[in-house]
Amino acid sequence: MFGREFYIDPSRCIGCKACENACAECGTHRGASMIHVDYLDRPASIATVPTVCMHCEDPTCAEVCPADAIKQTEDGVVHTSLKPRCIACSNCVLACPFGVPKMMTRIEQMMKCDMCFDRTSEGKKPMCATVCPSQALAFVTPEEIGHRREQPVNIFHFGNQTVTTKVFMMTPPEVDVIDVDVVDFMWEEVS
Amino acid sequence: MKLFRLPRQQPLWREEVSFRGADEQYVNRRQFAKFTVLASLGMFAGNAWILVRSWLRKEPSYPEQAVASMNEVPVGAVKQFQYPGPHDPCLLIRLDSDTYVAYSQKCTHLSCAVVYDRTKNRIECPCHNGFFSARTGEVLQGPPPRPLVRIRLIRRDERLVAVGVDTGSES
Repeated sequence: MFGREFYIDPSRCIGCKACENACAECGTHRGASMIHVDYLDRPASIATVPTVCMHCEDPTCAEVCPADAIKQTEDGVVHTSLKPRCIACSNCVLACPFGVPKMMTRIEQMMKCDMCFDRTSEGKKPMCATVCPSQALAFVTPEEIGHRREQPVNIFHFGNQTVTTKVFMMTPPEVDVIDVDVVDFMWEEVS
Repeated sequence: MKLFRLPRQQPLWREEVSFRGADEQYVNRRQFAKFTVLASLGMFAGNAWILVRSWLRKEPSYPEQAVASMNEVPVGAVKQFQYPGPHDPCLLIRLDSDTYVAYSQKCTHLSCAVVYDRTKNRIECPCHNGFFSARTGEVLQGPPPRPLVRIRLIRRDERLVAVGVDTGSES
């Protein structure tokens, strides 16, 4: 990846959805965006967060795939399911802790962000990072991101599962590990 | 695939079906095409080599060897001799007063020793009931794939002399 890494900084996201539109322009999945921008707490806040594939070192989606359709290449990129193999079972959609894979029911295939490997393997930025006006999505070298106040973290705890990712999340300086208890984010009452 | 697998933490299926592209051990299309092309080239070269050798092959020369005198063998009798080497048993058969034939005694099926049956005028292999014509050496019945190897005879001053070997062709 030419010494550059992908960094996501939700605090910079302004919700413009330029990334979604740029992603949907791509010829390999025209009209369908592989990145999505979510409102975190719509009634109370205008805060938004973009979600791209985090490209886990041990991708849960690929672990649960019964058809061996999801492959991780040597550069660490976890690819969209292979069309001849994907059986559209949605195991990956359910298993991904970040909610990245999308089941395209019209073509019966799971598609996901592949970090624009056709661009990044040639030294270009992914499309979303190219268009992001606030650089909430940044594809830069670690030295460049070091100038920011936030700290890049790529270790997540989902309950007992520890996930190390290729993509970094920018966090407040005191955070070393991002702890996520899924129950905290359920809006139903859990007894 | 490795021939021997050391015991590891991971189960076998995880090694065999890895989601990591670097660990894949499948033969990809290009490798398969390369193997096929190279194997075909190798076979072509091998066939060409065999063809060239068959063109260049010379008829082996056989020694002349006196087998018997003209009246040594009575009509319908058999004389055994060794030709062309000392370990190649052959049969000389006198079919009638003027006709002599000689064959290698090795059956062309599995090299059993064949015997001449005078009453039926044929050569028999007792191992698997293969029968050869006594006059021409052709296979009459049974498993032998080729006619019997025939020894070329000439007559020289009241003596029969073996001068060569005729290997039969595949029938």
